[in-house]
Amino acid sequence: MNTATQMLNQPINLTISPRLAKNVRRNIKERIIEFILMLAALSAVATTLSIVAILLYESLSFFKTVSLVDFFTDTQWTPLFEDAHYGILPLVSGTLTTSAVALAVAIPIGTISAIYLSEFASHKTREIVKPLLELLVGVPTIVFGYFALLFLTPILQKIFPELPGFNMLSAGIVMGIMIVPYIASLAEDAMRAVPMSMREGSYAMGATRFQTATRVVTPAAISGIVAAYILGISRAVGETMVVAVAAGQQPIVSFNPMESAATITAYIVQVALGDLPHGSIGYQSIFAAGLVLMGITLCFNILGHLIRKKYREHY
Amino acid sequence: MSKHMTTNTPTKAPIQVQASVLKNLDAVRAMIKRHKLNDYIFSVIGLLALMFALLTLLILFGDLVMDGFERFNLKFLSEFPSRRAANAGLLSAWVGSALVMLVTFLVAVPMGVAAGLYLEEYAPKNWFSDLIEINVTNLAGVPSIVYGLLALGLFVYILGLGQSILTAGLTLGLLILPIVIVSTRESIRAIPIAIREAAYAVGATKWQVVYDHVLKYSYGGILTGVIIGMARALGETAPIITIGALTFIAFLPPSPVTDVAPFINFEWLSSGFTVLPIQMFNWLSRPDHAFHINAAATGALIIIVTLLMNGTAIYLRYKIRKNIKW
Repeated sequence: MNTATQMLNQPINLTISPRLAKNVRRNIKERIIEFILMLAALSAVATTLSIVAILLYESLSFFKTVSLVDFFTDTQWTPLFEDAHYGILPLVSGTLTTSAVALAVAIPIGTISAIYLSEFASHKTREIVKPLLELLVGVPTIVFGYFALLFLTPILQKIFPELPGFNMLSAGIVMGIMIVPYIASLAEDAMRAVPMSMREGSYAMGATRFQTATRVVTPAAISGIVAAYILGISRAVGETMVVAVAAGQQPIVSFNPMESAATITAYIVQVALGDLPHGSIGYQSIFAAGLVLMGITLCFNILGHLIRKKYREHY
Repeated sequence: MSKHMTTNTPTKAPIQVQASVLKNLDAVRAMIKRHKLNDYIFSVIGLLALMFALLTLLILFGDLVMDGFERFNLKFLSEFPSRRAANAGLLSAWVGSALVMLVTFLVAVPMGVAAGLYLEEYAPKNWFSDLIEINVTNLAGVPSIVYGLLALGLFVYILGLGQSILTAGLTLGLLILPIVIVSTRESIRAIPIAIREAAYAVGATKWQVVYDHVLKYSYGGILTGVIIGMARALGETAPIITIGALTFIAFLPPSPVTDVAPFINFEWLSSGFTVLPIQMFNWLSRPDHAFHINAAATGALIIIVTLLMNGTAIYLRYKIRKNIKW
């Protein structure tokens, strides 16, 4: 007999060596850990899904009573009144007006700050200012609400004596101040990403700093800057406490910032503060309002990311 | 710039050439001067724009401190809210804030760090991982009040947790989850691949590499993100109002620590509560000016705590960046 058949005829030893067993145990443990970590990561997806599910679920019961046409065309929003009207337009107009005021403040100041930080400021200035801007981002919004209602409004009332105590102007301005650091830092990131060689080329042609900043760096970074604006808009639209404190609570269709008007977010806060029974139309109406809010901010967020991704120039 | 040079190209007699060049030279010098002036003007405007944002912070803080000055004493922290502004205090609010933050921490940190680890170290490159990534980015842009609506529908009514500390903690935990995830990922990404390879080379399993090396070396960066997230949670008002937290609470939740075994009880989790920003909002929305003073003092307290937390985080990040050179 040759050796091969000898080996085949021997009984096969099937016991697993302790080393292999340890490896198997190790492997299982590794798999379990990976699974747990994956569950944690999935919690992000679960959060998004449950937000959408809850908003849709409650809104669906809302839209059983209220037709979509009424919702988008009626110019009155009085879900808690005897004579109930469910037109989202007044809330949307309030939201858009305060956001527009905020952007009118934040875009010029934010852009100029970004250009200055990126192109003019010395390294040392930047090192000091950037953390300070971050601190400003960290200030709670309710504090800004106080600022709008009790600091800025009295000052504005001295300039415009007919300004009501609650108005969209001061809420909008304060919201604008709030998003300045946000826009400034995003826009600055975009400008810093423009390669040095482009600036050097411009300087070599004899351009000044200002010319380089406005005609070379800004156009090159424009997609990032526009994305910063759009993300800023989405922030302003979703901002709650400043408008809830300082802009007033009357839902009226008005694009005049000197008036007092409720925004979508202010309405949700107003209803949540009262004691509404679960399942009532008023309770469902805040979810419908939330769905509209979520829709608006989601559109802006996606648009911002698309612009940043699609039109980013690769150097 | 070249316009001045090319339009008057000298083609006539030499003397005239000289004169026109000289004339052009003056024009060029004037132009350079003008452009330098532009530079100067813009740098002043830029500095003003920057100062505008920073000055606001200063004015805001100064205004709060001045308005609320008379309430800065220990009594303000040890009294319950009251109908009389001068007697009202923050006791139930700061205790509530502390307990809610505890729950928030316990929810957001383990989940956020685990998710960050998975996305950086484990996740395969496929559509599924992309989906999670897009989700995290997206969640960071969802307005905080929408989290409040989620909590109201899901935690308060479907899961039946009520308007409790647990609900608030879970809500804020979900809210700051993207912050923790992003900071975890960023600090993990800064660790060079060689560290991992070295650990694998001596026979470590993936989890051993991740736990003993990756996680431990990115500790500082994660901590920074956690502090920033917690500061955000402390000041967040809208989602907690939305879940229907009461604004007038004149009792304390049951203590988490008791003097009889097993020394810990969990009744406080289901207790009603109020937090600092809600107390401030409540005082702020009253017409009586005396309450506005209380609101200012509360605002000053909130701003001091959040600035301290954010300042610590920024300082920490600065230190880490300076110290670690791989």
